[in-house]
Amino acid sequence: MDKPPISPALKILAAVAFLFLLAPVLIVVPLSFSGDVFMSFPPKSWSGRWYAAILQNPKMLEAFLFSVKLAAGVTVVNLAIAVPAGYALVRLAPRGAEAMTSLFTAPLLLPTIVLGLAMLIIFARIGLLATVPGLFVAHLVVTLPYVLRVVSTALSTLPVAVEEAAATLGAAPATVFRRVTLPMMLPGLVAAGALSFLVSFDEVVLSLFMSGPRLSTLPVEMYHHVESRADPLVAAISVLLVVFTLAIVIVVDRSLGLAKTFVK
Amino acid sequence: MSATAGAAAGAGYAADQQSGGGLVIALLLPIALVNLVGFLLPVVNLALISLQEVQASGAMTGGWSTAKWVSVVTDDFYWELLWNTIRTSLGITLATLLVSYPIALYLHRSSGLWRSVLLVMVISPLLLSAVVRTYGWIAILSDQGVVNSVLKAFGAAEPWRLMFNLTGVTIGLTEILMPYMILALVAGFGRLDPRAEEAAATLGASPFRVFRRIVLPLSVPGIALGSLLTFVLAVSSFITPKLLGGGRVFLLATEVYDQAIVTLDWPLAATLSMIVLVVFGIAIAVYGRLVRSIG
Repeated sequence: MDKPPISPALKILAAVAFLFLLAPVLIVVPLSFSGDVFMSFPPKSWSGRWYAAILQNPKMLEAFLFSVKLAAGVTVVNLAIAVPAGYALVRLAPRGAEAMTSLFTAPLLLPTIVLGLAMLIIFARIGLLATVPGLFVAHLVVTLPYVLRVVSTALSTLPVAVEEAAATLGAAPATVFRRVTLPMMLPGLVAAGALSFLVSFDEVVLSLFMSGPRLSTLPVEMYHHVESRADPLVAAISVLLVVFTLAIVIVVDRSLGLAKTFVK
Repeated sequence: MSATAGAAAGAGYAADQQSGGGLVIALLLPIALVNLVGFLLPVVNLALISLQEVQASGAMTGGWSTAKWVSVVTDDFYWELLWNTIRTSLGITLATLLVSYPIALYLHRSSGLWRSVLLVMVISPLLLSAVVRTYGWIAILSDQGVVNSVLKAFGAAEPWRLMFNLTGVTIGLTEILMPYMILALVAGFGRLDPRAEEAAATLGASPFRVFRRIVLPLSVPGIALGSLLTFVLAVSSFITPKLLGGGRVFLLATEVYDQAIVTLDWPLAATLSMIVLVVFGIAIAVYGRLVRSIG
């Protein structure tokens, strides 16, 4: 089917809207090379001093390292929990599978401000506030639904015939899973893992509720910095984060196509 | 083979292979545990907390009381807060729809590699922390920011206050919520048949008329879904209102955070967050009626 032509008016409107959408990300690039002490635009002088400042900021470095470790740990545990769960819900299809899927993805529907408060109150009582296990559970709860959804989708689109063939030829169910199902859903696992890592790495609302002066993540430290000071430090960090995120996205795109992951 | 047929066949195949319930329970136990400990228990507890009796010192006595609900419902401040939140969120939803629609329509009409590149451009801001994007808006909207430097170059004496007020919060949240709206609209355009547009054009309708009479009515489901999503996200967002509002814009979500973290009045924070959920419920109910009425 031919698509209708795009009118010049639509082209102009779309271009302006795109500029608006990308403006805040585009602006931090020049700002990160500012030589000024305070944020102003255009900068009065240019330098790489704010990139150097990151290296001299132990709080940010520590928070970055913790965010990476947390996101990596959360991703590993996510996959370890979601793959068996997805297999059970999609392949074994027990009674009430649909209701259970809704329950397990329900944390996504609740506003994070409400979920954060709910966790704050209960975690405070059992001494998990501002601890690694507390932050870990919080991140697990909000990223697991994404991972379960991607894993389930990957499983349900696989051709079952290959698994059946392996089973007919005498492979035990565990062998079929390990040698046939798991390799076939590898692209889905990569997508689920990347999504889990990025969502955990960027999560800020829950982390704000769960973190403390001694333990916080990079987005939380950036939030506190932006709230109290107006300097270009966060611009430099943001540019590095954009590069970091792009790198992950490109890796995923190379392995299976990003658009396919998000838009079916 | 379609996905559902695959799943059904898979279920049959699996039923042949597995002995039944024990394995399913074992495979689902970890996710059920995470859901119970990290989601169900905290949320039920939160609902109960808003009904806790609190001493003057702030300590919870363990008794029950509707005092928090009564004090919230009878206090004009909270009614204004609620009204402020709903009005602001509706304004943000409308603004988001207006700037997102051209992009969605353009995406719908483009094809090939160019379309993929544009789609990635739309999705990628979602992968970037709201803190980073809000910071970008501070660089654009502050007194020393992009807009005011341009105005100053043109001879404006006083900076235009675009931050620490509703204007800044609206601009920032509109941009932050655009990807959700665009994705909902693009999905909604799926049911738009290009032949209908072609037919109208062939019969002599001007491009604008085709848009108004064919494209717009057929994209109403996408508009409704995108607006619902944007509205509920606007009601519950607080990073952007907090940073761009600078403590001078009061919304439900920022108040929940302040009561929980600054004042440590957990029953009040719990009550306010229950009100957020009520607003959610009403929005979803309105959406449901709308969808039914348009068939």
